[in-house]
Amino acid sequence: MTQTAVQGAQAPALNRGRLRAGLQQLLAFASLIVIVIFFSLTSDVFFTYDNLVNNVLVSTVVVGLLAVGTTFVIITGGIDLSIGTGMSLCAVMSGVFIENLGLPLWLGVLGAVLVGGLIGAVNGAAVAFFKFPPFIATLAMMLIAQGLALVISHTSPIYFTKAPGYIDLASGSIIPGIDVPNAVLIFFVTAIIAAILLNKTIVGRYTYAIGSNADATAISGINVRRWTWVVYVIGGLFIGLAGVMISARLASAQPATGQGYELQAIAAVVIGGTSLAGGKGSMVGTVIGSLIIAVLNNGLQLISVPQEWQNVVLGCVILFAVYMDMLRRRER
Amino acid sequence: MFTLTGDPDGEEPYVSNPSGDGTNARGPMSGDYLLQVSGVSKEFPGVKALDQMHLELRKGEVLALVGENGAGKSTLMKLLAGVYTPDSGRFLLDGEEVEISGPKHAQELGVSIIHQEFNLMPDLTVAQNIYIGREPRWGDFLLSEKRLNEAASALFERLELPLDPRQKVSELTVAKQQMVEIAKALSYDARVLIMDEPTAALNDAEVAVLHDLIRRFRTPETGVIYISHRMDELKAISDRIEVIRDGRYIDTLTTSETTMREVISLMVGRELKENVRPETEHGTDEVVLAVRGLSTKELLHDVSFELHRGEILGFAGLMGAGRTEVARAIVGADRHSAGEIELKGTSVRLPNPSVAAANGIGYLSEDRKRFGLLLDQRVGFNVALSSLTKYVGLGVFMKDNAIRVTAREMVETLRIKTPSIDQTVQNLSGGNQQKVVIAKWLVKDCDVLIFDEPTRGIDVGAKEEIYQLLNRLAAEGKAIIMISSELPEVLRMSHRVAVMCEGRLTALLAADEADQESIMHYATLRPDVLGAVDETPEAEMQEAGTR
Ligand SMILES: Nc1ncnc2c1ncn2[C@@H]1O[C@H](COP(=O)(O)OP(=O)(O)OP(=O)(O)O)[C@@H](O)[C@H]1O
Ligand SMILES: [Mg+2]
Repeated sequence: MTQTAVQGAQAPALNRGRLRAGLQQLLAFASLIVIVIFFSLTSDVFFTYDNLVNNVLVSTVVVGLLAVGTTFVIITGGIDLSIGTGMSLCAVMSGVFIENLGLPLWLGVLGAVLVGGLIGAVNGAAVAFFKFPPFIATLAMMLIAQGLALVISHTSPIYFTKAPGYIDLASGSIIPGIDVPNAVLIFFVTAIIAAILLNKTIVGRYTYAIGSNADATAISGINVRRWTWVVYVIGGLFIGLAGVMISARLASAQPATGQGYELQAIAAVVIGGTSLAGGKGSMVGTVIGSLIIAVLNNGLQLISVPQEWQNVVLGCVILFAVYMDMLRRRER
Repeated sequence: MFTLTGDPDGEEPYVSNPSGDGTNARGPMSGDYLLQVSGVSKEFPGVKALDQMHLELRKGEVLALVGENGAGKSTLMKLLAGVYTPDSGRFLLDGEEVEISGPKHAQELGVSIIHQEFNLMPDLTVAQNIYIGREPRWGDFLLSEKRLNEAASALFERLELPLDPRQKVSELTVAKQQMVEIAKALSYDARVLIMDEPTAALNDAEVAVLHDLIRRFRTPETGVIYISHRMDELKAISDRIEVIRDGRYIDTLTTSETTMREVISLMVGRELKENVRPETEHGTDEVVLAVRGLSTKELLHDVSFELHRGEILGFAGLMGAGRTEVARAIVGADRHSAGEIELKGTSVRLPNPSVAAANGIGYLSEDRKRFGLLLDQRVGFNVALSSLTKYVGLGVFMKDNAIRVTAREMVETLRIKTPSIDQTVQNLSGGNQQKVVIAKWLVKDCDVLIFDEPTRGIDVGAKEEIYQLLNRLAAEGKAIIMISSELPEVLRMSHRVAVMCEGRLTALLAADEADQESIMHYATLRPDVLGAVDETPEAEMQEAGTR
């Protein structure tokens, strides 16, 4: 076999691969554009700066952060059901640190994020070291986190009064002159960091490898247990960050708000083209998926579709998005 | 280390037994041993896989390890690769005792392995697979995709393998995937290279490429353990042959001083009836399946043939010739763009394999892991899977006892080596998994059976059993298509041979017209008279064909 044969095989495959990867992102993005155009035509308010930034983008933040974190977990072939109630627990702990214990702002925030990391560490240990199926391990954690959030907060909200800066974390705007809330900035910055982590570092590489074939990865000399654990911890840190953002936005830690967010976040990941079977997925897709969910929720409200019907629409969108994705994969 | 020593063009004649480097002529002194295994035992629940196993690998040699399916070959290799830990026994590397704590440690000790079952990450690219765990990085953390692909390109150039570093492994054919595994194993610069049935998925030309690689990368400081069920290969590549049976050491023979007959009888512990030919001279005149003008968008072009009752029709051709594609198009696993399929004289539409099966066409895929088995289910369940409707009573209830009886019968007839029919298929040795697939289709009782590489990974004894089984099925009046990359098998088993090249059927040969030369000729017969003829495959085939 000659050198020319090698190169001959290379060129077309390369183009096809790139094209396909591009297409996936394009498809999700195109759906987003179509939805945006639809609502722009059907509602006067939708396509205004105020609505797009202060409603759509702001409401993307929490679901988006959870989705970004859980993308790692899902690419390994796992699932994390504890992200919603875990977020409540982190929010409550943030309240405890800052309001009840009077810790400085930065320390309170750090503490809350680390509580998220701890949730992830426990999930990760259960999955990686004790071999619980991820669904079971995180289902248990979902209940535990919900219970603890209620117990610690005595079932009532904790209002942030002592540290006014806390609320600014989400609603303030550090870039002078441009009216974009910090929460939105934080979301996009962390999403970019997550994308780099997933695509350019060994953490990301092993995330894909484990989801693709965990046995093969182990046999190749990689410590699959440790890296699986690391992935759940990363997911946990995002739970913590989401807890801080949601409580800052609401100016209070609500012990029961998180429930249901896990499904929205998983939906965002799936709409973004990540496979629940593991091995496949992208961060850009997840961000677009989160935006699609936020735009739908906001737009449907604006055109006065009742809350009950919004879920019906979202369900259909999930089916549609995943079906398109399957068609695309089958095509080759 | 495996470094380039020999001449890349392979001046050595292909048939010669490459033992001319002197290492083997000397009597073995303990310093000559690269690797020694002594008294190693390993037990799985209900199975004593290895019992006081013994193995010695000399420096500079290729040691073939042979034994029936389930003899314990892969288990021993997994112990060496750090995948399992032994219950007892010792490993010596260069005369020093080592404890192999895990795959990573094995790599560090210089032991590199190609596992029998594919161990690739399908969603990663070729280069990412090969350098997994050793990716070129900036610092500890950041990956350099560019350096990664450059390293892989350099490796492929050195090995002369036609692989694209950036392609996803899931898009590759089985043979190409095997090449990726080979490249991965060689990339470690290991001292002990273990290959567990590396050629099971390769055709003769590709086998020749692999053997060439092994010869070029062998040095006086390295050793290769080579596992294969293809006896012709052992003669060509190995210096010595170690035989094991039922987890126990039997004997080690010098290849040049033994015959394959001797090896085989040591392996199976009995004399084999060899060279069974089909019982009947021809199939009947009754056409069961007629394929007319079958084409697909990707590859197939105007494939037409008829299959008779009681006939075994062999399909020969190079990798990528389209033999598997024909089978897949017939049963509706792939869509065809033109053509017609007639079953017993009436035109049928078979949109998917389950409709095909319902119409009495069974297809045994070459890729048993993906299309053949439920790996995490029991043997019994797998055997009954295609014919569950046969075992339903009172409308809904499964007749579990009847299933168990059938499954036991099948385990018996095919000599599937398993502690019970309740064993999970995953825990069977590779060859025995293949037998489970065959059992499944025998239970289904189809009129037309398409066997795609039916003896891949199957030991000689079991191969003979499968041949006899095919003959019996044909004699009973089934119509059989047998796709195989092993020419001797095609020649021996077929009433007629269909030869394919680049998606076209280039010849339909009667048994007396078919021989190595004629098949090679038609397998490389390109329809395009106009274009410049690419000589590579033809040259390769001739090389392979001279064996
Ligand atoms: N993980 C496991 N659990 C239980 N039994 C096992 C396991 N792995 C192997 N075995 C059993 O150990 C025995 C040896 O299997 P092994 O895979 O080593 O055979 P082999 O010689 O490689 O056969 P083949 O030629 O078919 O690949 C078999 O009986 C097999 O069923
Ligand atoms: Mg084996």
